[in-house]
Amino acid sequence: MTRKRRRLTILLLCGLGLGTATALTLTAFQDNLVFFQSPTDIATATPPPGRAFRLGGLVEEGSVTRGTTSEGRPSVLFRVTDGRNTVGVQYSGVLPDLFREGQGVVTLGQMGVGGVFMAREVLARHDENYMPPEAAEALRRSGLWNPATGAPPPPGGRVGS
Amino acid sequence: MITELGHFALTMALAFCLAQTVLPLVGAAQRDARMMASGVPLANCAMLSVLIAFLCLATSYVVNDTSVLNVVQNSHSDKPLIYKITGTWGNHEGSMVLWVLVLTLCGAAVAGFGRDLPSVLQARVLGVLGLIATGFMAFILFTSNPFDRMWPPAPDGQGLNPLLQDLGLALHPPLLYLGYVGTAVTFAFAVAALIEGRVDAAWGAWVRPWALASWAFLTCGIALGSWWAYYELGWGGYWFWDPVENSSLLPWLASTALVHSAIVVEKRGALKIWTVLLALLAFALSMLGTFLVRSGVLNSVHTFAADPARGVFILAMLVIYVGGAFALFAWRAPSMVPQGVFAPLSREGALVLNNLLLCCIAAVVLVGTLYPLFLDLLGGGMISVGPPFFNLATLPLALPLIAAMALGPLMPWKRATLWPVIQRLWWAALLALGGFGIALALTGAQFWPALGFGLGVWLIAGAATDIFDRIGLFRQSLPVAGTRARNLPRSAWGAAIAHAGMGVTALGVAGMGLATETLVALNPGQSTRFAGYEWRLDSVRDAPGPNFSARQADVSVLIDGQVVFVMTPARRTFPIGSMTTTEAAIRTNMLRDLYMVLGEERDGGAVLRIHHNPMAPWIWFGAYIMALGAGISLSDRRVRVAAPNRRPVGAPA
Repeated sequence: MTRKRRRLTILLLCGLGLGTATALTLTAFQDNLVFFQSPTDIATATPPPGRAFRLGGLVEEGSVTRGTTSEGRPSVLFRVTDGRNTVGVQYSGVLPDLFREGQGVVTLGQMGVGGVFMAREVLARHDENYMPPEAAEALRRSGLWNPATGAPPPPGGRVGS
Repeated sequence: MITELGHFALTMALAFCLAQTVLPLVGAAQRDARMMASGVPLANCAMLSVLIAFLCLATSYVVNDTSVLNVVQNSHSDKPLIYKITGTWGNHEGSMVLWVLVLTLCGAAVAGFGRDLPSVLQARVLGVLGLIATGFMAFILFTSNPFDRMWPPAPDGQGLNPLLQDLGLALHPPLLYLGYVGTAVTFAFAVAALIEGRVDAAWGAWVRPWALASWAFLTCGIALGSWWAYYELGWGGYWFWDPVENSSLLPWLASTALVHSAIVVEKRGALKIWTVLLALLAFALSMLGTFLVRSGVLNSVHTFAADPARGVFILAMLVIYVGGAFALFAWRAPSMVPQGVFAPLSREGALVLNNLLLCCIAAVVLVGTLYPLFLDLLGGGMISVGPPFFNLATLPLALPLIAAMALGPLMPWKRATLWPVIQRLWWAALLALGGFGIALALTGAQFWPALGFGLGVWLIAGAATDIFDRIGLFRQSLPVAGTRARNLPRSAWGAAIAHAGMGVTALGVAGMGLATETLVALNPGQSTRFAGYEWRLDSVRDAPGPNFSARQADVSVLIDGQVVFVMTPARRTFPIGSMTTTEAAIRTNMLRDLYMVLGEERDGGAVLRIHHNPMAPWIWFGAYIMALGAGISLSDRRVRVAAPNRRPVGAPA
């Protein structure tokens, strides 16, 4: 095999590899990008069921109730608010240690029947003073709090609704 | 006083590193033997200075000196001694000091063990290492000084993040840093080779051990981090495709490719330019990882402080070092003449395929990790890229890689034909098919986990075939085979063991594909059935510790009404910093883990999440076997004697 042909083979192989990688990335992106939605976004345009997204905001004061799913698993129901709109969330799992009413929360899941968000994951951060970025974004979008201008709203207080 | 001594030592180290950059590099350019020789003592001095600074900082932590800002922010007098010591690097500033300590240790190692290196090459490598250390030391002194005082002293510290008060996590950063810094050494060798305009087999023989050592440490560090996430975060998983995890995986992928292509440089003199490029890439990805984790661009446990000044500084270093190196590469690489012709189907060809696939995987992971960041920066909205993306995009690339992993080592150099190789692997293929079939039957036709089992068996059997073939087992008498086994180079043993380790990890990953979980609310005395066991909640009680309070559930696990063992998942609350952590209870018999997390308490009872994780421990065992393979390969006599034999070739002109 001459040097020229060897180079050609290797170039072809590299092209093939890179092409495959690009194609894989693009197809995987198409179905698996997880977008962020605030409660107001959902109120404006309800996302189609079956597509996963992240929902962020504050856990509404007094909204946390315990229940059981239809399969008999214990579950938690709560409402996520950005101050203007709220979305009901059902979650069957162990809540993170810093899940509190009035605190920031981010959930991953999809819309279920009756406008209830079926959460697969619930994230609150490890640090008490820390606001998850998506929760801050939800408050910023609803116009009730701009992270650039001041401290977050008091965790205990409800931010109107 | 000790603090000022540490600060002074760190400043001295900066001066030493600056000298270590300038003198040897200028000396090498002017062929001035005395200036070149100054690199060795300067590297040793820099190492000693940083060591002193590090010990001073550790002392401040041990005695809980509350006039030091860094100690106040990250420590507390109630903390057990071991976590006071490990707390030294459990924060941004301290971990950067550790980074530089490891870097200067590597510099001193190049100075000490590199006496047989051509002196010009050694001077240039030390110079480049000095340059990297200078940047990081300036970073520490100007943006993150751990020796800042505060006045008046605080009554006591604010405590260390409880998640970090754990032995696994105490060892995780140093191991990972050893790996990251190892890529800095191969980077320095690559830049030195570019300046010199020459890459020869001796260069390959020097780079391969460093690449191998760095790879082994990265492997251990990543495995330890994954294990820590498994038992400490309480999510029941071992890899979450978190950006921080990805930023340690990226240098690992590049460094895996480097380890393999360096073999070709050493043995066959081919792939030189590519290997130099890989060495640059591995370091670039390490720096990128450091930037992502340290700058606060990503939010995670690893981000100690979000300070834009630091991010900009690291980004500037990234641009200067990596950009400079790539510019040098573009300028010098064309002058290097490629050598060593080989057919596409050969050992070299197989190693090229390995490199190609590894780089493609790295590219996919890089895009998936950075895309949300870029989109956010460009105002495109907040998105995240989760495990489904990475699984879908990397698996199709990883499968051919694993399939070819067993074939490659059996191919001869230069030119090979596929048929004899396949003939020698027929029994491995048969075993793999058998494993796949049995797994398919046992798991109720779950295709992907069964395929994982098949591939794991394929890798282990392939590695065994390689060794059996070389020692002539089944063809020679046993004593002859035994002698040949003893005489077989350790690098061959190491490679086979590392490949088998990958197989073990594949088995573990496949097993975790079959993991099941359940969530139950139990009152004391009540029980539930799961995974063939009966689980009875006996009580939920207080279980205080040295610096935390805790709630703990006692759960009896029964078979046929007999208590087999008791598991005690807990939730800890740390009053300092008011944080809580989840302590999962894990019971393993090596073939499966039973894993339990205590959820919220309800009406006197508790919510429990129980996982049945088949083969879980194999994931980490496999990684340690891989690292062991690298260690065995490093102990090869030929690695140690390679340089002296070749000295005449690379003697200074």
